[in-house]
Amino acid sequence: MRFVDEYRDAGRARALAAGIAARCRPGRRYAFMEVCGGHTHTIYKHGLEDHLPEEVSLVHGPGCPVCVIPMGRVDDAIHIASQPDVIMTSFGDLLRVPGGTGSFLDAKAAGADIRMVYSPLDALKIAKQNPDRRVVFMAIGFETTAPSTAMTVLRAAAEGVRNFSVFCNHVMIIPAIKAILDSPDLRLDGFIGPGHVSAVIGCEPYAFIARDYGKPLVVAGFEPLDILASVHMLLGQLAEDRCEVENQYARVVPWHGNPVAMEAIGRVMRLRPHFEWRGLGFIAHSALAMAEEYAAFDAERVFDLPGVRVADPRSCQCGEVLKGVLKPWECKVFGTACTPETPIGTCMVSSEGACAAYYNFGRFTRDRRPAVIPLGEVSRA
Amino acid sequence: MCLGIPGELIGPAEEHEDLAVVEVSGVRRRINIGLLEGQDLKPGDWVLVHVGFALSKISEAEAQAVLEYLEGLGQPYEDEIDALRASDIS
Ligand code: SF4
Repeated sequence: MRFVDEYRDAGRARALAAGIAARCRPGRRYAFMEVCGGHTHTIYKHGLEDHLPEEVSLVHGPGCPVCVIPMGRVDDAIHIASQPDVIMTSFGDLLRVPGGTGSFLDAKAAGADIRMVYSPLDALKIAKQNPDRRVVFMAIGFETTAPSTAMTVLRAAAEGVRNFSVFCNHVMIIPAIKAILDSPDLRLDGFIGPGHVSAVIGCEPYAFIARDYGKPLVVAGFEPLDILASVHMLLGQLAEDRCEVENQYARVVPWHGNPVAMEAIGRVMRLRPHFEWRGLGFIAHSALAMAEEYAAFDAERVFDLPGVRVADPRSCQCGEVLKGVLKPWECKVFGTACTPETPIGTCMVSSEGACAAYYNFGRFTRDRRPAVIPLGEVSRA
Repeated sequence: MCLGIPGELIGPAEEHEDLAVVEVSGVRRRINIGLLEGQDLKPGDWVLVHVGFALSKISEAEAQAVLEYLEGLGQPYEDEIDALRASDIS
């Protein structure tokens, strides 16, 4: 297949790897964070770290929406699902995510009506088919899925569907990146920017990373060659003392994103003052709630929620993994108490979580180099 | 749910003005194209579908590359396609 070869071709991969090596200054170390879980998946699946020189390490970021859902929100959702007449709907990815008192699957086994849907529009349809039930959609995801939730609410409003509401847990990538940049734990030299989120928000919102923090960012596609090409571009910027936002994935990501999608989010949702991220704690202005005008569709107002904050299990080190401070296998319970079948932390649940990706593909490349680069060594002069 | 799946536009759907029929890996399903408002869309065009909504228009070459990539993912892609099969938006 010609098209595919273009992104997979072994010769091109070797040429890029050679180009990457040539752009590394001897003795200097480079740490780049791939923000998106989809990239983490590709990196482990294709063993991309083995194609990179010793100097370059990839640090896995917080961009897996399932992984950052705090336990208390799962408990709140289960509380809603357990109310009389409620049908809770959710993406399949979330069913096994543990809360403080179990997962959706456990709640379902205990009798709650929880149904898996592909799209929020499927949830809306269930609401129309069951006028005597209250149907709630468990909305999760970054800016890639938030427009779909917003469009669904607009449709529900236009059609006057009264038994439909959204439990809104949408989070935003920019505040998460900023929190990581402000964290003292980690020094990074640049970012591999998320592909599909950028198709919505565009490339401009990243400008502050280059301007205020002096780190380059390259928005990247999901093919192995895309990721190698982005690393090559990042190193090119550093070598030439440039610091910009570049778009390696222009074939899908328009520079200005999708204005219709942004407008839909802006109409239906508003910024929360703060929101808890699993492992990362509270981050200001990092999530979306339903706007006042759509209160009737806001499950947080329709139902009384316990809203109890639940601390992550003691043994869980997802926070460190999500911030890129620890590699998955450095968590004490990785692969023993915590596996995809019996996840303790969320990073093991989603196939895009760093722990699950590493568990499934990465075990052979372990111990290649120290995961935590000594502070100072990687900072830009 | 994070996977963007390429679909080939077959034509408009009768149920609602924002809906269109796409074919994804041999499965025909209705999806919402409201987020591509103002873009020129015609049968044979390819779009990247996220949770039932077309998020961007892509070239056929890109669509083929993404499909191959997704097939290589194995289980996560199969789960997503199963979910799409069960989807019946209108
Ligand atoms: S191994 Fe499990 S508990 Fe440890 S960081 Fe990964 S998901 Fe979290």
